[in-house]
Amino acid sequence: MGRVATMLGLLLIGGASIARGAAAQDVVADLSHHLIAITTEFTGTAVTLFGTIEGEGDIAIIVRGPSEPVTVRQKDRVAGIWINSASVTFEQVPSYYSVAANQPLERIARPSVLSRHGIGLNYLRFPVRGDLPRMTLPGGEAEDPEQVTTMFREALIRNMQDDDLYIDDLGVVTFLGPTLFRATVEFPANVPTGQFTVSVYLFRDGDIVTAQTTPLVVSKIGLGAEVFDFSRRYAAAYGLVAIAVAVFFGWLASILFRSPR
Amino acid sequence: MQIYLPIAEMSVNLVLILVMGGAVGFLSGMFGVGGGFLMTPLLIFIGVPPSVAVGTQANQLVAASVSGVLAHWRRGNVDVKMGLVMLSGSTLGTLLGVYVFGILQRIGQIDLVISLSYVLFLGLIAVLMLIESLRAMQRRRRGGPTARRKLHKHTVLHGLPLKMRFPKSRLYISALLPCGIGFIGGLLVAIMGIGGGFFLVPAMIYLLGMPAIAVAGTSLFQIIFTTAIATFLQATQNHTVDVVLALMLLVGGVIGAQWGTRAAGVLRGEQARALLAAMVMVVCVALAWDLVATPDEPFSISVAQTPGMR
Repeated sequence: MGRVATMLGLLLIGGASIARGAAAQDVVADLSHHLIAITTEFTGTAVTLFGTIEGEGDIAIIVRGPSEPVTVRQKDRVAGIWINSASVTFEQVPSYYSVAANQPLERIARPSVLSRHGIGLNYLRFPVRGDLPRMTLPGGEAEDPEQVTTMFREALIRNMQDDDLYIDDLGVVTFLGPTLFRATVEFPANVPTGQFTVSVYLFRDGDIVTAQTTPLVVSKIGLGAEVFDFSRRYAAAYGLVAIAVAVFFGWLASILFRSPR
Repeated sequence: MQIYLPIAEMSVNLVLILVMGGAVGFLSGMFGVGGGFLMTPLLIFIGVPPSVAVGTQANQLVAASVSGVLAHWRRGNVDVKMGLVMLSGSTLGTLLGVYVFGILQRIGQIDLVISLSYVLFLGLIAVLMLIESLRAMQRRRRGGPTARRKLHKHTVLHGLPLKMRFPKSRLYISALLPCGIGFIGGLLVAIMGIGGGFFLVPAMIYLLGMPAIAVAGTSLFQIIFTTAIATFLQATQNHTVDVVLALMLLVGGVIGAQWGTRAAGVLRGEQARALLAAMVMVVCVALAWDLVATPDEPFSISVAQTPGMR
């Protein structure tokens, strides 16, 4: 039900941005998997996306993980030690974000178009929660709030990139013929769980002609999932089990390795 | 072979964790210490979130101290009464420690506090141990008799109220002393993920004046309960206990400890202590360096609380 609603909603959004006359079927794409199962052996995975377009055009594919508020902290030297001091909390930060396109984004569309849809790491914007920290320039005057936001936002994106959670792989959308295209999206071992969205944007003459969005679920499966669920739902029982397991193994070890007398 | 850790939410190499557990277990068997002070920094180093490293380490220590205490128990070297009095203090210490841990986690200073406490605590211990073992070596070289402590040295500590008899240790001291030592031990478990044997053993010998033979067993006895309480609280309050990781660590640790105990026979006491002191010093300097060196990336990120939630 939720899925149908999302799809309908996205079709509407897609419909709104469609240039006159083009139909929603201008781009059709599907994924090799709609579920990424995080099992005990999970070390990351890749999902292949295939699609076709009607006529000419450029393709950008954005995969977004579930959003969450994220705090970015800046370390400052205090008495010789680096300590977290200033911090900014951003709302609605995708926990995963990857962008793939068949050529550099700036050649596909104008920055204003990219910004409006949040396509590309350079065009991501997140709302700031609360007040910005007061920062001073070396001269002593206050730093421009816009600058502060940008600095912290860029730091956030950089950190996410270091964790392989934000991926900027331009050029991985390959056209296999005039209309058939393929892209591979990488998911690292530390990929967050939840509902992801895979959006395929078709550009023509620098404008978005159509967009198609497919959901993708990342979920823990098997023993790991059960352990996690149990630890959250029955935290007290989980704690007791953890202690019991440790006591048992400690006792077992002392029996097994008891020095013969 | 990679194993996904459900609570740490990352995958680690099974062999690496077993080797780490084994190596630390070996050292702890050899030196008779818990090894938490080495394992927690190692876990952080391979990318386990510091809070999960500390929480999981508490769980692993339950197993280590259970297997350790049983040998002492069989020989009758556990002063249960003393252990229980210390436990009353350490329960309070653990409660406070886990509570403070949660607050620090929320304001983003937990990593700093963990590192800082390691640097200060390990530095202090290393210096003390080094001095102690150097002195012992000098005495041995001079060939003189090893200095003996006076059986009864009255200090201000003996003037404290709430005096209690501890028949097993043949002591008549204020209950506040073992209680206070336990309190600090509890704080250490909660905040640093170490059993605190490091601190407890010398404190019990020098501050309480307990007979050396009962010290190891009693401190382990007390550490079982302290680490169990810490495990429970970390699991329920902070969700930072990873059972899968703890299992792998304790399997490696148990096996390593057995070899370590055997290897311990080869080294003389003060040599072992000097070696341990040097090792503690290395860990301390490495952690201190991370605190003062200019970081490559001065920014860090963490998931924020949703407003309205605790």
